[in-house]
Amino acid sequence: MEALRIEPTDDSPLVVLDRENNLFEISGKSLPENVVQFYRPVTEWLTAYQKDPGPETVFTFKLIYFNTASSKMILDILMLLEEMAEAGHEVTVRWMSLTSDEDMQEAGKEYEEMVDLPFEHHTYEFE
Amino acid sequence: MTYSGNNSGFINYIYDRYRDLTIRDICLVFEGRITHQVMKALTGLMEEQMEEMKEKRTLRRVYHVMVESLQNINRHAETFENDGYPYPGRGVVLVTRDEGHYRITTGNIIETSNVEEISLFLGRLNNMDPAGLDELYMRQMRDGVISAKGGAGLGFIDVRRKTAHPLDYDFIQVDKDTSFFIFTATISRQESWKH
Repeated sequence: MEALRIEPTDDSPLVVLDRENNLFEISGKSLPENVVQFYRPVTEWLTAYQKDPGPETVFTFKLIYFNTASSKMILDILMLLEEMAEAGHEVTVRWMSLTSDEDMQEAGKEYEEMVDLPFEHHTYEFE
Repeated sequence: MTYSGNNSGFINYIYDRYRDLTIRDICLVFEGRITHQVMKALTGLMEEQMEEMKEKRTLRRVYHVMVESLQNINRHAETFENDGYPYPGRGVVLVTRDEGHYRITTGNIIETSNVEEISLFLGRLNNMDPAGLDELYMRQMRDGVISAKGGAGLGFIDVRRKTAHPLDYDFIQVDKDTSFFIFTATISRQESWKH
């Protein structure tokens, strides 16, 4: 299937969804004016990918900021991944936060509570 | 070039405002239409300060509260008829700081019919403990839907749980249909501010 790549802007993240190269990542800032419109291609891509996923999907979130409307869309994405896991596929979430950003680390733990998926929590020093 | 005599009142007005702002340690003040672009510009100004300051966590929260408060105005502020000119999404924003706190204050026009609902909701948030707020946030994230206006009904809940201070709010009735809603979120400073 065709890869999806959305370039980052000052209010929206970089999105890379690439089955062939086994890359699944959302990184940067997320506070777009219209979250539903921004994330629609992402959820559509994942809905298609669900039907025929790769052997092991590691989905990376490396966000430096997201607003509350985006938090809802992130949960929607995680729920699509959860459905894949329920169907017997290998799915891992890699949640990356700046070492100094305790709120982002907390958010990762909160999502881990909300969905039945294995999480890896990582921190990094610089953007 | 000097201002002509009949403008001296205006100069004094500007000077008084300037003096007020500097004395009260106001980081930012804005009045006008809060579009998405204006929200980004104002929060961008705070971000620039974040680069220079050491209070990373505090300033991240100030930034977040600003984003959520400004997006609220952008989505929910009502038209304020003034000389027949409509002002959609208009509001006032103030960020102030003192030795112990940052305060983000917003003011905007809402429909009087919404006053009771907002007031009850904010009162309820103020009475909840951190665990209850986390639970409410997660439930709303799971069960809520993004409205036509683009909000997820999460902003106030998250502002309350990230600020750890009660939310201040009040309403001034403008006329039968409209009221002015003033809202302040207070964030404790965790490290001392350095010049």
